[in-house]
Amino acid sequence: MTTEHSKAKIAGYLARFFPGHDLREDEDIFSLGFVNSMFAMQLVTFVEHDFGITVENEDLELDNFRSINAIARLVEGKRAATAAG
Amino acid sequence: MKPHLSPEQEEARASFRAFVDEEIASRADEWHRQERTPPEIVRRLAERGYLGWTLPTGFGGGGRHMLTLGLLAGEVGRGCSSLRSLITVHSMVGHAIARWGSRAQQAAWLPLLASGAKIAAFALSEPGVGSDAQSVETRARLDGDGYVLDGQKKWITYGQVADVFLVFAQCEGAPCAFLVERNRPGVTIEPITGLIGIKASETAAIRFTDCRIPADALVGRRGLGVSHVAAAALDSGRYTVAWGCVGVLEACLEACVAYTSERMQFGVPLKQHQLVRRMITDMATELSAARLLCLEAGRLRDAKDPAAIAATSMAKYFASTAAARAASNAVQIHGANGCSSEYPVQRYLGDAKVTEIIEGSSQIQQITIAEYAYQEYRGIPRNAR
Repeated sequence: MTTEHSKAKIAGYLARFFPGHDLREDEDIFSLGFVNSMFAMQLVTFVEHDFGITVENEDLELDNFRSINAIARLVEGKRAATAAG
Repeated sequence: MKPHLSPEQEEARASFRAFVDEEIASRADEWHRQERTPPEIVRRLAERGYLGWTLPTGFGGGGRHMLTLGLLAGEVGRGCSSLRSLITVHSMVGHAIARWGSRAQQAAWLPLLASGAKIAAFALSEPGVGSDAQSVETRARLDGDGYVLDGQKKWITYGQVADVFLVFAQCEGAPCAFLVERNRPGVTIEPITGLIGIKASETAAIRFTDCRIPADALVGRRGLGVSHVAAAALDSGRYTVAWGCVGVLEACLEACVAYTSERMQFGVPLKQHQLVRRMITDMATELSAARLLCLEAGRLRDAKDPAAIAATSMAKYFASTAAARAASNAVQIHGANGCSSEYPVQRYLGDAKVTEIIEGSSQIQQITIAEYAYQEYRGIPRNAR
């Protein structure tokens, strides 16, 4: 999966949380206001499930989940680490 | 109706069922009256691997599926909701450590929790804070190379006996989760008795006074104690509570089928009366529906599907409210006998009521599930669903 594919997939998932808002790839999703109490867990589970990676305690920086670009970077970084390991 | 299980799952369920019938169901009323869980039965759960059922095998856990953990909680819940609560709170903490604990915390705690050598409890609620978890008033302040805790927790299930607590506190305004052993100086534990349900669950209030804990007691990142650590634990807790309610529904139905088949009124067994049959119909239908929602939640959890979170909330919401309706009707069917301590339906009523409150009240589920519905069904073209 290319970075563009990853970003499209992430954008598709996030769209349901921000209806009527055209989310830019570098836009800070946390600046858009409180979503709901399930959002943080749903987002982590989505990233793990749809990209086949494991988000660990040390990955749990808000900056890794702040935007479509940030999540795509996290996914690529985790995949590169897995491939190298 | 038989649940749709694989041969292995059916075998696991049969073995849980036999264990509960033999060692739990007939003694649960006594534990309820004494407001106590005998340590021997906790040891028996541990010996059978039930306290570490889904924890990773690398840390001494069973590495089993979430679906069979559900079957276990369902069978134990059929026998004794207090004991099911032990599995719930212990596995909530184990799950939170497995999910967000550091490698050192996992290595130190998971083998102890998996074997049952140490019992864990979840310490979120406070005298002034229930559903609004972000507003806990317990404070943690940085002090040298550790933290100092001050505050109170209340309604901590198995708090009287737990060896370690997952405690939630604010540290400089950031919600945090900490693992705190009961024998730390500054920890005071006071039993709470006289609850309406899960009376054998050895519930406690806990006070932390200048309680020093090391820096490595922090679970997950500072600031993510509620959004990630508590959320993961509560999601796990809702799952086993939902299954426990399936157990309560089944126990109500079994009790009522037996009672209405023998009890004579107006010259015929109670079961010949149509208004009684209506209550049996609702119990049987809601039991099946609750079980299917729980099975679906279990399958989604095993698939690590993001939809598991909402499916678990729905299962908990439906199963707990259905169990409360069933238990209320079970007492109604048993009449004055149902109001006495001679029949277990009185216990089921109090236990079921508690499940509508714990791990997110029905009202919190109603808000959360609606949010999920708006996420999933708004703005998505019909043909793309």
